[in-house]
Amino acid sequence: MIPASVAVQRPVDARLLVVDDTGCITHHRRADFPSLVASGDLVIANDAATLPASLSGIHQATSSPVELRLAGRRSNLARDVRRFIAVTFGAGDFRTPTEQRPLPPTIRPGDVLQLGPLRARVRNVLGHPRLIEIDFDGSVEEIWEGLARHGHPIQYAYLGQPLALWDTWTRIASLPVAFEAPSAGFILDWRVIAGLRARGAIFATITHAAGISSTGDPDLDALLPLDEPYDIPTSTAALIDATRRRDGRIIAIGTTVVRAREDAALRDGDVRPGPAVATLRVGPLTSLRIVDAMVTGQHEPGTSHYELLRAFQDDEVLGQAVREADAHAYRMHEFGDSLLVAKRNAKFKMRTAKASVSVEESPSPFAF
Amino acid sequence: MSEPSLAGLRVAITGGTSGLGLALVRRLLDEQAHVAFVARGRKGVERACRERPDACGIVGDVSRKDDVHPIAIQILGALGGLDVLVNNASSLGPVPLAPLADTECEDLELAFGTNVLGPFRLTRALLGALAASARDGRAPLVVNISSDAAINPYAGWGAYGASKAALHHLSRIWNEELAAEGIRIVSIDPGDMDTPLHSLAVPDADRSQLKSPDLAAAEIVQLIAARAGSPSGALEIAR
Repeated sequence: MIPASVAVQRPVDARLLVVDDTGCITHHRRADFPSLVASGDLVIANDAATLPASLSGIHQATSSPVELRLAGRRSNLARDVRRFIAVTFGAGDFRTPTEQRPLPPTIRPGDVLQLGPLRARVRNVLGHPRLIEIDFDGSVEEIWEGLARHGHPIQYAYLGQPLALWDTWTRIASLPVAFEAPSAGFILDWRVIAGLRARGAIFATITHAAGISSTGDPDLDALLPLDEPYDIPTSTAALIDATRRRDGRIIAIGTTVVRAREDAALRDGDVRPGPAVATLRVGPLTSLRIVDAMVTGQHEPGTSHYELLRAFQDDEVLGQAVREADAHAYRMHEFGDSLLVAKRNAKFKMRTAKASVSVEESPSPFAF
Repeated sequence: MSEPSLAGLRVAITGGTSGLGLALVRRLLDEQAHVAFVARGRKGVERACRERPDACGIVGDVSRKDDVHPIAIQILGALGGLDVLVNNASSLGPVPLAPLADTECEDLELAFGTNVLGPFRLTRALLGALAASARDGRAPLVVNISSDAAINPYAGWGAYGASKAALHHLSRIWNEELAAEGIRIVSIDPGDMDTPLHSLAVPDADRSQLKSPDLAAAEIVQLIAARAGSPSGALEIAR
């Protein structure tokens, strides 16, 4: 696989690799996603908008340059914007790969960070010298203004150009709570959502504070994903309940949606509406209770996103999917191609007429 | 029949420090709505916030592309979501008004930037929040402030009239397209009002003949209340 290095959310040639419940792999145009859903399916996406979570500034005690990447928060409440967990970086910016960035100065509790118009005080260092808890000074309005005016979207070196905030907001972006774009949602635009409805599927959302994907430090990366606050609207919880009752299928757009819903189900046995914090790590041993299939990006083995795929399919099938993606030069990362993976032995049968290896062929509709 | 309460309705208004915008801010706060307003000048925003500390004032220029997402973030940060957006900020284009033949391209761009592209960009940035409001059963509404100059060809009002005509038609098409998402977009002519914008356009107008912005605001609030009280119902809009 190759990194997608251009920030286009919906390239016309975007592709969708499909792994059905039997492990059968097919290639599709991503724009044809609506043709893969059936009447009665519930499609759930994360409607979090992306925060400008990269804040550059100065560590006052040493006058050293520092970049903070906001990475965690207690809740998604708009007023609860003073306290964050953040990952620190030294001099430089996204153009330097994270693993090659200079280390930040030693940061201690009580230190002050001046980040443009924002002033933050370090409360704690959280078990790793680069992971800190901060409180912003000022009123809630001043903090939002400071973030909005000074912050930039978090990005990585494989994208050459600086991202604008609109590059990272999905079409359905609502509350700005995600630390990085919930990029599986790039598959959606209003036409696709209308297409899902036209197929008789139902569209719903949750709001999940998608966390950061990489810090450049293996010890820090091992702590990812951090706890992530999410909200399940009453309407979505009711739709999940109704869909499960009639044995309908639930398709999650994005790993965050899987994490939130399985976390909620684990907590209560059922999906209840309201706010919560996801602590569940989905991996090969997770028994998926709610989600039947997931749309996500192309992920490399060893990443936490790939671990999550292992809850859906066994390693043999996933290995074959990676080889297929490699052989067909699928693009990775947030602006890359997509993957739809069904849970093995799902309660529904996802049958493809035959494996079409050419994206030029028309997509095989799934008989669910 | 009593008017439905606007308590808790989340409303954002551009051009909120003078004229119709300020009148809307006051009236919506009196009706217990949660209000965020946007204006270009920090001094004006601070003045309005001193008058109404229950509102959230945001400094930004909707005609500037780079300001739109920061404005949207601050609106959502202040209100925790959005039910009603009032695109009220307007530009006359050339001041004093000029016939089209004497209108500089830059002034035409300014009118379209403020009256068409600004509302288009801000509405699009907030469309996800408005759609979320619809899924919550909250009947979201976008009110674009138009003018009779959008319909009638008044000499001297070329930049303003053409841009408001574009906004008016944009509203109508968008309203058709977003019906399935449960979002209504309307364009309203509030009438000739006694506002700073009007006195820029017609400095020697007989102000006693002009509608008060308060009265226009009351009519718009009534429309918002009707929509909030009847999510699926049709809106009767006087033109």
